[in-house]
Amino acid sequence: MSSQIPDGLLYSREHEWIDEENGVAVVGITDHAQSELGDVVFVDLPEPGTSIAANDSLAVVESVKAASDVYSPLSGEVIEVNEELANEPGAVNTDPYGAGWICKIRISDPSELDSLLTPADYSEFCS
Amino acid sequence: MSDTIKSTPLCEKHVALGGKMVPFAGWNMPVQYTGIMDEHKAVRETCGVFDISHMGQFAVSGEAAEAWLNAMLTNDIAKLAIGQGQYTIMLNEEGGVIDDMIVYRDGETSYFLVVNASMIEEDYTWLESRIPDGVSLVNRSDEFAGLAVQGPQCREVFARVAPGIELPERNHISHVVIDGENCILCRTGYTGEDGFEFFCAAKSGIRWFEAFINAGAKPCGLGARDSLRLEMCYPLNGSDLAPDKTPVEAGLGFFCALDTEFTGADVLRRQKAEGPSMRLAAIEYTGKGAPPRHGYPVLLPDGTKIGELTSGGQSPSLGKGIGLAYLPAAHAKPGTELEIEIRGKRVPAVVVKKPFYKK
Repeated sequence: MSSQIPDGLLYSREHEWIDEENGVAVVGITDHAQSELGDVVFVDLPEPGTSIAANDSLAVVESVKAASDVYSPLSGEVIEVNEELANEPGAVNTDPYGAGWICKIRISDPSELDSLLTPADYSEFCS
Repeated sequence: MSDTIKSTPLCEKHVALGGKMVPFAGWNMPVQYTGIMDEHKAVRETCGVFDISHMGQFAVSGEAAEAWLNAMLTNDIAKLAIGQGQYTIMLNEEGGVIDDMIVYRDGETSYFLVVNASMIEEDYTWLESRIPDGVSLVNRSDEFAGLAVQGPQCREVFARVAPGIELPERNHISHVVIDGENCILCRTGYTGEDGFEFFCAAKSGIRWFEAFINAGAKPCGLGARDSLRLEMCYPLNGSDLAPDKTPVEAGLGFFCALDTEFTGADVLRRQKAEGPSMRLAAIEYTGKGAPPRHGYPVLLPDGTKIGELTSGGQSPSLGKGIGLAYLPAAHAKPGTELEIEIRGKRVPAVVVKKPFYKK
């Protein structure tokens, strides 16, 4: 089964997508990740203002069957979280690249972007 | 126990249907196909079909079989008419649970036992080492493929697969021939819905699995099986039942005939007379939070830890977190306010009357 991998985004090996603009990265989990997790029933979000290092646990996505960590793809500060997920956690499944976004990070080390995957690389990584 | 993972006769069909395969009790099993939520909903509202080929079947027979099984198991099989079954439990000398199972009286002196997949070898060893003269015990687990067809439309589904054949009454077993094949029907299940378990020759498993799917049953995985049984507070052995927990503590005293003699009966009688110190409580969220899971601490509102969840999850029917935990009896009464700790955060919860899901 092929999953959606939109152009114009960067991807992590932990199956997150990153939409970076002017030093701020919007982060979510990929279509492939949500498909593997199954029905998402809760997202444990970080507190805005939290400082985070790359590969730290950023959020926890809970499906009916299991809790899965979302690891931060970048270092920086969490400046905004998707509060709507408290009411609509299923948006992670139905619209992973849109309404299912998880949080925004103000990046502290832009060089970390270089280690992320392009859509083509991520597609290969998943296959 | 062997270290290699086993596959049921339906394995290739699960993969073809898009099932996500996971190891469970030594078996490679589908946890879900399209999603736990809609599989759960299908069983509550229409009909679902589960692969239960991993479960075990023992045949016990002989003149002395009734007396022996009654000494091995908690319920009283003398009460069973031919064709009737009952839920029963096998205990160790300390009254702790080895396994829970269904036993059917299949004939005047013959019985059919359906046991948990994870316990086939241990159950067989325990029973075989205690068998008296005049009783035969055969492990027939590898002969069968098994399907659980569950949900309010199970009768219509069955009628399409086996026109003209009657399902047995609730908790009864029947042997039927469908399209030339010998099949066993057991009107029971693990979901709280009307349904039946269907056992056929292992090599015919895929054929009947496809037949029930084509007749309108949605393929369902272990994820929905777990959420359905948890909503009904049906215990899962190895999680909610254990060798150091008795049926009285688990709230299964109804299935223990304390006026008969069986292994562990003295312990149960004493516990029942004195009142158990621990009870398996049903706990429901009253606040918002991540779903409860096996192993999460259960606290009093003042922060004192009084237990851990043995099962937990998001209830698809209720839309909130539910779980089971052994708690000190004083704190196991419905209405008791508690908190569940999840990664350092606490979610308010309350002890409720079983089951969680009521029609």
